[in-house]
Amino acid sequence: MNWIVNNTDQIGQLLVAHIGLAILPVILSFIISIPIGWLANRYKLSRSTILTICGLLYAIPSLPLLIVLPLITGVGVRTASNLILALTIYGIALMVRSTADGLASVDPDIRQSASAMGYSARGQFWRVELPLAGPVLLAGIRVVSVSTVSLTTVGAVLGIQSLGLLFTDGLQRGIQAEVWTGIVLTIVVALVFDIIIVQVGRLLMPWTRVVKVSRRATKRIARTEVTA
Amino acid sequence: MNLFADGLAWIFDPAHYGGQDGLDTRALQHIGISLLVLAISSVIAIPLGYAIGHTGRGRTAVIAISGGVRALPTLGLLVVIGLIVGIGLTAPVIALVVLAVPSILAGAYSGFESVDRRTIDAARAVGMTEWQILFKVEVPLGLPLLIGGLRSASLQVIATATLADYVGAGGLGHFIFLGLKTNDYSQMLAGSVFVVLLALLSELIFGLLQRLVVPAGVTAGKTTIVRRRPVRSQAVSG
Repeated sequence: MNWIVNNTDQIGQLLVAHIGLAILPVILSFIISIPIGWLANRYKLSRSTILTICGLLYAIPSLPLLIVLPLITGVGVRTASNLILALTIYGIALMVRSTADGLASVDPDIRQSASAMGYSARGQFWRVELPLAGPVLLAGIRVVSVSTVSLTTVGAVLGIQSLGLLFTDGLQRGIQAEVWTGIVLTIVVALVFDIIIVQVGRLLMPWTRVVKVSRRATKRIARTEVTA
Repeated sequence: MNLFADGLAWIFDPAHYGGQDGLDTRALQHIGISLLVLAISSVIAIPLGYAIGHTGRGRTAVIAISGGVRALPTLGLLVVIGLIVGIGLTAPVIALVVLAVPSILAGAYSGFESVDRRTIDAARAVGMTEWQILFKVEVPLGLPLLIGGLRSASLQVIATATLADYVGAGGLGHFIFLGLKTNDYSQMLAGSVFVVLLALLSELIFGLLQRLVVPAGVTAGKTTIVRRRPVRSQAVSG
C-alpha cells in the first residue's frame, strides 16, 4: 500500500499512456474491418482466403510480431507507433471474422425487401445490412477491446510506456505491490472500455433495447394468460 | 532488407546450433514447456468441461471466469507468480496453465453442447447406459470442438512461452531478451521467426487433427454454410 501512495504520479502517467496506446487500435480495427469484412462476405473464394489470412495473422505471437514488424514498416522497434500498428493488426484479425459473420447473419428476406423498396446497393449496405449486423459487431469489438488493453502491457518489455512497465520494474526491484497495481489497473481499464463500448452500442442501436423489453413483456403477457 | 538478410544469416550460422544456447536446444525447450503446460491443463480442463457439458451445470460461472482471464495481462501474471515462487520453470508453467485452461474447458463443454439432444435421447432409447452415452456418443461427437479448444490453447501457450525466459525459464524468448539487452537485432529476429514458425506449425497440426477426428457423416465442428440462398429465391408470379 505504501508503494502505491508514494508513486501515484508515476502510476497516473502510465495509466494515461496505456489508455492512449490502447484506444487507437480498437477504433482503427473496427473501421478497417468493415470493408474487409464486406469483401469477405461478398464472394465464397474471398471469404475463405481472407478468413484464413486473418487466422494466421492472429496466430503470430505478440512479442515476435513487435520485433518482425519494423522490418516491413521501417518504424523503430521501441516506438509507440510500432505497438499501435501491431495491436491494430491483431484487432483486424479478430474483427474481420465478426464483421463477416455479422453481415452473413442478416436475413436474406430482409435483403430482398430492401432492394425491393428501392435501396441502392450502397444504401442497402450502410442503412440495412450494417445496422442489422450491429449486435455481432458489438460482440466482436468487445473481445478486441479487452485483448488489446491486456496486450498493450507486452510493449513494456521493449520499454514502451504503459501499465506493463509496472510489471518489468516490479520484477527488477522485487516489489509485489507494484505488479499487483499493474494487473488490477489493466483489468479496470479493460472493464471501463467494455462499459463504454456497450453504452455506445445501446445509443447507436436503440432497437436492441426495445426488442429485449418487448420480448420480456410478451413473455409476461403469455404467463399471465396461462395463469389466468 | 539488410536487417532481414542479417537475421537470416544469424539463423543459418552453424555456430548458433548445438550446446546450451543453440537455437535447436532452445526450440526444444520451448516445445517442451508448451507440451507440459498443455498436458497439465488438459488433465484439469477436459474432465471438468465434460462434467459441465454433460450435466449442463456451472456454465455461466465458467463463461464469466474465461472472460475475466482474457482481461488478465499475461506478463503481469507471469511476473507476480515469478515473484511469489521464485525464478525458474514453475512460474511460467503456472501462469500458462491459467491461460490455457479456459480455452480447453470451453472446447470440452461446447463440444458436448453441440451434440443434438435428440441424438442423446435416441442413444438412451436404444438402451445405452449413461457411461455409454458419455463415451460412445458425446465424446466422439464433441471431439472436433475439443481439438479446436486445444488448438487455441496451444497457440496461446506457444506465444506466451516466449515470455517465460523473462523469469529465467529458457525457451526461444531467450534470444529475444538477450538481443534486446545487447541491441542485437539479428538475434531478436532469429528468435522471433522461430516462435512464429512454431505457432504456425501448431495451427497446421491441430487444424489437420480437427478434420481427421470428425466421425464419418457428421457435420459438428465443420463451419456451416452461412451464405445460404434466400428462402424465396424466385418471385411469386401468377
